[in-house]
Amino acid sequence: MTSYFTRDHEWVRIDGDAAYVGITDYAQSQLGDVVYVELPAVGKTFAKGDDAAVVESVKAASDVYAPVSGVVVAVNDALEKSPAMINDAAEGNGWFLKLTLTEPGELDGLMDEAAYRAFVETL
Amino acid sequence: MAEQADTDLLLETPLAGLHRELGARMVPFAGYSMPVQYPKGILTEHNWTRESAGLFDVSHMGQAYLVGPDHASTARALEALTPGEFQALAPGRIRYTLLTTPEGGIIDDLMVTRSADPNEDGTLYLVVNAGRKAIDYAHIAANLPEGVTLEPADDLALVALQGPKAAEVMARHCPEAAGMGFMTAARFPVDGIDCHLSRSGYTGEDGYEISVKAADAEALVRALLAEAEVEPVGLGARDSLRLEAGLCLYGHDIDEATSPVEADLGFALARRRRAEGGFPGAGRILGELASGPARLRVGIKPEGRAPAREGTEIRDAAGTTIGIVTSGGFGPTAGGPVAMGYVAAEHAAPGTPVTLVVRGKDLAASVVAMPFVPHRYFRKQA
Repeated sequence: MTSYFTRDHEWVRIDGDAAYVGITDYAQSQLGDVVYVELPAVGKTFAKGDDAAVVESVKAASDVYAPVSGVVVAVNDALEKSPAMINDAAEGNGWFLKLTLTEPGELDGLMDEAAYRAFVETL
Repeated sequence: MAEQADTDLLLETPLAGLHRELGARMVPFAGYSMPVQYPKGILTEHNWTRESAGLFDVSHMGQAYLVGPDHASTARALEALTPGEFQALAPGRIRYTLLTTPEGGIIDDLMVTRSADPNEDGTLYLVVNAGRKAIDYAHIAANLPEGVTLEPADDLALVALQGPKAAEVMARHCPEAAGMGFMTAARFPVDGIDCHLSRSGYTGEDGYEISVKAADAEALVRALLAEAEVEPVGLGARDSLRLEAGLCLYGHDIDEATSPVEADLGFALARRRRAEGGFPGAGRILGELASGPARLRVGIKPEGRAPAREGTEIRDAAGTTIGIVTSGGFGPTAGGPVAMGYVAAEHAAPGTPVTLVVRGKDLAASVVAMPFVPHRYFRKQA
């Protein structure tokens, strides 16, 4: 499966004509202990860059942006009970939502994994 | 927490090198580079403090001596600026007090200790907020009578050891510490290092605040961190601990616009001062004591899991704005979101349902009594 990354530390993992979206391990390490997640309703439509979810650590609330345009087909309800999953597995079980892509061409503007890891090294 | 904008001129505490060695994440706070957390993270550090003992560097806070010819003179000088009782303060005792404005607002909250040493008669030791030091010192210095002077002690570090195991740990390094009562202070050697110990803190737990010469701070802290019960704790957990304890953070829960009565800090208004007045803002403050303030600082418990942060609007059942959250977040020990803020007095009774507006959505919440986590201060057996 191909993954793409944003400079705002979201990841997109392609699964057929849909994609899982989450925040990167670097993002969770910067946030610290996650204590609350607000997920969108299934069926909601996002344009690239829209506020898609909220993730809150002990200290602060942060927005999660839609890395690509799409329609929400699933959200990771398990995060509401166990927000710490984001700290434990940000790029795995800690996914936030699944989108069907409405503008697949937007993926070309994102980083691949190697480019993202190199980007994080510069931070 | 009041994180001011990045500046190239951040100050460091004498423990900055140790923080880096411990892997702390440093952030700008009140003009200092301070550890917001260590690698274990805020949640773990918070829980560790509640269950064992956390060590905090609070050297950014302002330490100063108010020095006069005798206790009565120094006490009267401080009473002219605060609603506190210092003339009757016994040697070795600590009081929480407030510098008030002529309009009855709060310039800062601070701790005042009368030295236990008879050779230091006439000296009061002050600890003020980091972000208010310059303002406080200028205000105090400009309002002192002849013969009383303010002497900032910039050569001192300040660390806090807080938690249910703080006393047994301290006793290994300073046997005299165990017998100290809550809100008392004394000068004792800790592992042979000259220290000024206060049995006080900002977490709601038992513990000590230890003032030590900057040059000795790292040796003292390394000795305490070598104990299995002690872990370093950063400003992030300090904030969640004090919020659960219902304690005010200056610049957020209190400021020059809030009065001590509105802030529910009536315990800082000494009985004699209530009767006599004669402190800045006495008109407004005594008036509010007599007829009640228009708004009051209260605890607020959101019903769901979503934290309500500082600045969140508070509404009544009819949708009318009745106040604002001044501190809010997740309380690890409380096991959910906790907040404090100001509401119109008629909505201040515990149990009153309120609505919080978070990201445009209404969250159900109630006014509750504070603290959110019971204080566990040390009480000496009579």
